[in-house]
This record gives sequence, C-alpha cells and structure tokens, in this order.
Amino acid sequence: MSRVHDMGGRRGDGPVPFDPDEPVFKEAWHARALAVTLAAGGLGQWTLDTSRHARELLGPKDYTRFSYYEKWLAALADLLVSKGVVTRAELAEGKSSEVSALAGRCLTADRVANVLAQGGPTEREARQMPGFRTGARVRARRPARNVLVAGGHTRLPGYLAGVPGRILACHGAHVLPDANAHGLGEAPEPLYTVVFRAEDVWGVAERPGDEVTADLWESYLEAVA
Amino acid sequence: MSHTHAPPPDDPHEAHEHEPHDHHHHHHHDHDHDHAVLPPEPALRVKALETLLTEKGLIDPAALDEIIDTYQNRIGPQNGALVVAKAWADPAFKARLLADATAVVAELGFYGRQGEHITAVENTQTQHNVIVCTLCSCYPWPLLGIPPGWYKSDAYRARVVREPRAVLAEFGVHLSEGQSVRVWDSTAEMRYLVIPMRPDITEGMSELELAALVTRDSMVGTGLVRGTP
Repeated sequence: MSRVHDMGGRRGDGPVPFDPDEPVFKEAWHARALAVTLAAGGLGQWTLDTSRHARELLGPKDYTRFSYYEKWLAALADLLVSKGVVTRAELAEGKSSEVSALAGRCLTADRVANVLAQGGPTEREARQMPGFRTGARVRARRPARNVLVAGGHTRLPGYLAGVPGRILACHGAHVLPDANAHGLGEAPEPLYTVVFRAEDVWGVAERPGDEVTADLWESYLEAVA
Repeated sequence: MSHTHAPPPDDPHEAHEHEPHDHHHHHHHDHDHDHAVLPPEPALRVKALETLLTEKGLIDPAALDEIIDTYQNRIGPQNGALVVAKAWADPAFKARLLADATAVVAELGFYGRQGEHITAVENTQTQHNVIVCTLCSCYPWPLLGIPPGWYKSDAYRARVVREPRAVLAEFGVHLSEGQSVRVWDSTAEMRYLVIPMRPDITEGMSELELAALVTRDSMVGTGLVRGTP
C-alpha cells in the first residue's frame, strides 16, 4: 500500500548530503524545470495536490534514481498528457503545429510577481465545528491510506499510522488533499497540529521526551478515551 | 476491504497495467509513463518541454525568466533573518509572531506561494525545533527561498524524524542536556519558521546587525546562529 515517497523513519540512507556552498540552482536546467512547472501549473488544469500525487505516481525505481527536478519534469510531462494539455505524440516529437485552446491562460511575464505573491491559501470557511480540542488525545488512522480513492494521495505519513498523539493546535478548516488531488472537490476539514512522543512512534526514542508533530486533517484522526 | 482493481483516474501505472511492456525499447525504468517519450537527459528534457509548451502558446519564456529571477535574486533567507532579528529585538513583536505568524510576516511583505500559512516556533533552553517534510519538500519559500538540496534529500526526509540528534550532529549542532527535540513534519500547507535562540553576545546590536547573524539553517533547526559558542 505504501509508496516510496513516504519515507519518514526509513533506515539505510546514510549521511545527509550537506553542501555549504550550494547555489540556489545548481544547474541552469534546475531553474528552468522549476519555472516551467510553476508556469504550467498556472494554466489551472490541476491542483497542487494533483501535482504532488503525480510525483508520487512515479515508479519506485524512477523515484529513487531521479534527482529532485527530474521528478518534477517527469510528473509534469505525465500531467500534461493525462489532463489533455498536450498529446503523447506532441511530447514525443517535441513540437506542435497548433496553438492550444488554453493559450489565453498563459502566464505572462507581467503577471508573474502578482501570481507568486498571491499564492494559493488553503484555509476555507469552516462547515463543521472542530471535533477535537487542544490537548485532546487522538490516534492517527491505520493504515495510512486515502479512504476516498484506492491507492490515492494522502498526507498522513505511514510512520504515524495507528500512533496515539495529542492535539497541539487547530488551524481552522483546510482543503483536504485526499479529495482535491482527485477532482473530488476541496472538501475542507479542520486541520490540526498533532504531537506524538518519539517512543510511541518508533518504539524506542533516540532520547525519551523527544517529539514529532504532523499537520493532520480531522478524518485522519480518531478519539482516544 | 473490496478487491476491486479500479485505478485512480489519474494513475498512469495502474491505468495501463494491462498493456504489454516492451523492455527492449526502454533503457531506463520509466515503463509506459508518458514522460518516457521525452529525451532521457534532464537538460534536454526540460528544453523539449519548454519548446513544446511555448509553441502551443502555453508558456511565455520571459515569464520563466521572471520566476527564476524572483527565487534566485529576490526571495531568500534574508527575509526570514529579518523576521528573526525583529523577534529578538522586540518582545511584543515576538509575542505577536508566535501567536499569528502569517499576519505578522505579511505585514513585512513576506507572503505568497508556499508561504500562505506560517507558524513560528521558538527554540529555548528546554526545546529545540527542527523542520522537515517527509512526504515531499514543503518549505517556507517567502521567508527562506527555494529549499537546499540536503532538505530535499532522501536521507534528511527519512532520518530526521527518527534520529534528529544524529542528523543534527552531522550539521555540527549539539544540544544541551536539558533540551528536548520536537521535529515538525510539514504534512499540510502550514509552513514553519524556527526562531533560534539569541546569542548572549548581541546586546545593543541593531536589527540589521542581528539579521546578519541568522543563517538559513538556523531557521530550519539544523544550524547555529553566527556567534554561537
């Protein structure tokens, strides 16, 4: 059921590759990949949740061997075809004889600053009272899965599945990625920061008293008596 | 649980699972994903996408230049450093920041993509905070810019939630005996800024002098402020 992107707690990765002299973009194509991805997202044919899911759909071997921006490019190409923005034949040939019907949505240079500054806030008007108060004891859903779409996108990490925790904060209602990634609407739900004791998560803590938090939606949680 | 094989509508792997694979024509592991038809070399891959989308009128190369300039030259850790310096210098500002960071940093002009919802967390003598996104690479862009390679690495994402102290030691950060660690996994659209502890030697410094001490990594929780003994 798990996908390779859900790697919190995994063993065997070795030292963190820290480079104190790393520029913002190591290669010119990294910058270009980021910009093409943001500009194509601006066409409005998919949500941020859908684009995250597209990266998660890369096969485990691709996900592991691809560098960061290679994942972005592969997912972008897959999305462009699956959403009908370009055809597979156009992608293969690298050219097209037709201007797209979506050309009117093209992000022009003069609109970039405004679009980046506006962002995409995910808080929505609350349709329900939060089911949990700060301090309430809860447990994360087990298994960590999308209950709306088999094999679909979710933001509940596998390492927290079934783990008891405590509500640290409620952030109001936010768009539910499990629905929004799959064209099922925004389905906003109360979003909480939940704090977990390291020993409850891992069995043995690196040091007792250490904690992990995650931001989890109401439907990811159940009450603990 | 049902045993249906109905795939998610946008899952190319599962949607195409009954089509034959011809491994002789695949020199890599893309299988039948659409991206497999692009050139394998990444610089050519992005060039091919950019060319095709430009021809179709879907992207404007000048807009790409503008996006790159924004994140290469205008938005970066200097923004977050200013927020930290103000919090160090002004207890009332710090109190407001810890209560409602989104509104407070927006007043300074720091808002936008990947920074729509912000929480500031304060390091103290009893708690050290570290930020990660185990599922992808969520990071507070308007305050810190584009995340560095180590933040996006498998090793950091996999390890820091389970063994934060071992990871911090690799960064040269050793906590004092009384400090517990809280690792914040950015699983929603809330983005986190660590307010590091103010060094003792900074009495009388201006906000700009203070800001110059604040490193990017200290605002993620993996680094020290300049001047920390």
